Amino acid sequence: MELDGNALAGDLAEVFAVEMTTARFTCAGCRHADAVATLRVWTRAPGVVARCPSCGDVVLSLVRTPARVVLTLTGTARLELPV
Amino acid sequence: MARTALPGRLTWQAATVTAVRQETPSARTLVLDVPGWPGHLPGQHLDLRLTAEDGYSAQRSYSIASDWPGDGPVEITIQRLEDGEVSPYLTDVVETGDKIELRGPIGGWFVWRPAQPAPVLLVAGGSGVVPLMSMIRERGRLRARQPFRVIYSVRTPEDACFADELKRRVRDDAGLDVHFVYTRSAPDGWPAPPKRIDVATINSHGWPPDFAPDVFVCGPTSFVETVADILVALGHDPKKIRTERFGGK
Amino acid sequence: MGIISRGFGGRRRDSAPDLPPGQYLTHDFPVLSAGPTPRIPLDRWSFTITTEAGQKHTWDWARFTALPSEEITRDIHCVTKWSKLGTTWKGVSLDTLFADVETAADYVMAHSKGGYTTNVPLEDLLDGQAWIAYEFDGEPLDPEHGGPARLLIPHLYFWKSAKWVNGLEMMHEDEPGFWEAAGYHMYGDPWHEQRYQGD
Repeated sequence: MELDGNALAGDLAEVFAVEMTTARFTCAGCRHADAVATLRVWTRAPGVVARCPSCGDVVLSLVRTPARVVLTLTGTARLELPV
Repeated sequence: MARTALPGRLTWQAATVTAVRQETPSARTLVLDVPGWPGHLPGQHLDLRLTAEDGYSAQRSYSIASDWPGDGPVEITIQRLEDGEVSPYLTDVVETGDKIELRGPIGGWFVWRPAQPAPVLLVAGGSGVVPLMSMIRERGRLRARQPFRVIYSVRTPEDACFADELKRRVRDDAGLDVHFVYTRSAPDGWPAPPKRIDVATINSHGWPPDFAPDVFVCGPTSFVETVADILVALGHDPKKIRTERFGGK
Repeated sequence: MGIISRGFGGRRRDSAPDLPPGQYLTHDFPVLSAGPTPRIPLDRWSFTITTEAGQKHTWDWARFTALPSEEITRDIHCVTKWSKLGTTWKGVSLDTLFADVETAADYVMAHSKGGYTTNVPLEDLLDGQAWIAYEFDGEPLDPEHGGPARLLIPHLYFWKSAKWVNGLEMMHEDEPGFWEAAGYHMYGDPWHEQRYQGD
């Protein structure tokens, strides 16, 4: 099932001190940049996977273990955060 | 292991269901008393977590339907998904007095801020109306001047949430217009046969692109993509179009 | 654990005596996906084993399905805690596919259409432990379950059984695939509950 980056708000708010769906990502693959809320998100998986709406590459993934949250940002060239 | 809440960090807390309200045969509003709720902006959500006796748990995000006058309850409206794991519990099982774990408010992008001066177009597909209803209610309470146009696509008249309230608000809230689109069956005497939302609908019942409206579109993924494509084709600035998808096919 | 939600059961799930630790029994076949489901026409399908020397062994659909196939009945265990017992598959054993492959490398990266990857030791793919499966329950494998063909390694958590697999790449060193790099275990033995890194 496909959602969008709005669905990441809760999990990211657990990790970051600022509201992250308004943050701006730049895709490492195609350099497309937009709000995190516009990412395409898959949640029915071993973790949450967010893909670039332009090229489909994975921009970030979030895996929750019993004791940790693992946020992988290999596909993110940069994140611009609101302060 | 008990964990101490860090200030400013989002944490789970218990809320109490103080009332339930049936909106349609398959949608229900839960009225929640949330101690210490910090308030929310229209369009924000909260996460709910349900835990079974054996420890199995499931978590879902729901849009908030109510506005925030400074205190009082928080309302969420839930559409039952037939093969859902969580929504049938919330629409059919939960009763007044039950405790529910939640955290919020969350989100900040799909949010209408009353300080935004532009006219507003809200486009809802099915239960995508919920976060938009929070915007309509906030505007009504503040008597905000920005004109709102609402296009609300439902399968049948019986599937429309908040129908009576919307009718009342169109009468009482100056500058609010609501247009229904019926995709399966329309009410008797409705001037058009059932149809999906199309270019003509948005052209006639939205704002001209020259007005540079703030546009919020919420619904199933395919609905949101159709509407966003139409808006861009009509000349609306993609940056002014904010979308929220809640899955579905 | 949070507060108990009165009357909440969640998806139907049973406990069963012979399941790996922490697993529930499911009777349906949940679909997990981390991206759009690719639709791969059979005339465009291919599968390639690439050795550490760069030598490629490639099969198209006709050559692949002409290989000797096996009927497989195994239990499968998903890291998201569901297990399904006695699933039946048809596929080609990796022993068959590796018969003419010369390699001294010990590790394999599986690649899928859509960019998914997962790492497996070569010894876990051989000796009748793994297949490229193209039928489930007597029917062609549905795209949402990985069709036309997926890796099937039932003794490891099911994320290792890559859907839409189109290649295996030999590696001298073990490197993490998609979920392994994102926090999951490098090996993933359900009987030792190797779910996450550090388990």
